[in-house]
Amino acid sequence: MHDNSRRKFLKQGGALLAAGTLSISVVELAFGKGSEDRFTFAYISDSHITQIKGNRFVRNWDRGLIRAVAEANLLDPRPDFVFYGGDIAQLGKPEEIDHGLEMLAGLRGKVHYVMGEHDYYLDLGDYWRKQLGPDHYSFDHKGVHFVVLNSILTHENWMHRKWDSGMDRMKQMARLDNPNGQPFMVGDTQRDWLKKDLEKVSKNTPIVVFSHSPLQKIYKGWNFWTDDAEQVQALLKPFDKVTVLYGHVHQIQTNQIGNISFQSAMATAWPWPYPATYKQQASYMPKLTVDMNRADPFFERDATGWQFIDVHSGRVDVNYLLPDNTNRTVAFDEKAGHPVDTKYQAEVNRIPPQKHY
Amino acid sequence: MTYRKTYRTLLAAASMLMVVQTAPVQADEFSDEDLARWQQEYLSVVGQGDKLFHGGLSSKNTVSCDQCHPNAANTHPETYPKFQRQLGRVVALWEMINWCIQNPLESELLAADDPRMIALQAYIVEERRGAVLEPGKH
Repeated sequence: MHDNSRRKFLKQGGALLAAGTLSISVVELAFGKGSEDRFTFAYISDSHITQIKGNRFVRNWDRGLIRAVAEANLLDPRPDFVFYGGDIAQLGKPEEIDHGLEMLAGLRGKVHYVMGEHDYYLDLGDYWRKQLGPDHYSFDHKGVHFVVLNSILTHENWMHRKWDSGMDRMKQMARLDNPNGQPFMVGDTQRDWLKKDLEKVSKNTPIVVFSHSPLQKIYKGWNFWTDDAEQVQALLKPFDKVTVLYGHVHQIQTNQIGNISFQSAMATAWPWPYPATYKQQASYMPKLTVDMNRADPFFERDATGWQFIDVHSGRVDVNYLLPDNTNRTVAFDEKAGHPVDTKYQAEVNRIPPQKHY
Repeated sequence: MTYRKTYRTLLAAASMLMVVQTAPVQADEFSDEDLARWQQEYLSVVGQGDKLFHGGLSSKNTVSCDQCHPNAANTHPETYPKFQRQLGRVVALWEMINWCIQNPLESELLAADDPRMIALQAYIVEERRGAVLEPGKH
């Protein structure tokens, strides 16, 4: 059943691809109670809408989001809802958030939002919350417990220190390679909330957690990192099936820590190099990750895109359809006990990463 | 007369050199002060490049180099000059920098000898120090 369905999605994905070079990542989440319980949702992230002046916005980033919205609307069967993984805006300006939301308003169906650091550090999330509501919440859908966390908080004394302006603080946080960067964290308040929230959930209920930053530690230099990741993971440990889906990293990452599967989203705006390409520092990319090919700068949508998710037997499968490269599917492998790239998981089976520059 | 004067001056200079040469140092060895100053000059240009790379270029659409290339990653300066297939010819690093300035940044090209272009290259190569030179590599 599961395989048939995935084939169906992929076939449709392939048809979409043939129609135009689409960049779709499909996420499957299944929980094995029969076909009526299967469902899908789309997952769009990191649009970084940037205002130049007045009604002028950076064209490239606008195009990425417009394309993702148009493609998500073509999904058939319809996804139950859409998740937006954070960083609608580049500098958190109301104009940027509004312009992004206007484009996202074109999506058919309900959209759930995650707070990103680019949405937050101008006014500590005030405008975002005014438009979109709370930055951490949970809900149940067809037997799966969904949790949304704001994982991009940092030390209180840094957030509230005497800044010349909110924009000054935003620009410090907006620079990925800032040598004076601050680590992201979920924080005590939300961890207490999460603990209470999970108390009512049975241990065999599949849990899907959304955060902007990875709830694991990969590379601190670019904040591919959440400082209290282990404490959050400890709260998720008692549950049989847990998946964490995150944005922020603008690239495909895959990991399994104990019972928790981790999968990341591509950005609609631009791709990031893997931390290992920075010569001066060591990084800890999870070994399960099969690297994306290096993006072709001359094709501005290369290595950007979005994903849709199929939920089945409490597990999440992500299908990444790349416009200028071989499509990818990272699905949970019950035998292996972790997500694997369905084609390239074993070293010998991997296509050699595209090395040319 | 004049010749003799010059000769005497030369002799005096030579004897002074003899004194210096009693230490086992070559006459044209660079001093620590020289090295420190040159390094400082170099690093100050790297610093200027760092600023330009991180939003200092007065980019017309506000986009900056570091948005796609944190720590100048994936700029691979060690592979230039090379045949850039998308441009159909062999280019140097500064030409690819200009491509980025013109396209993602939607801004005006810099001259090859513009101090800002020199500074950008200094920063990019400094962040990639230690990489093996592989000109022409694809």
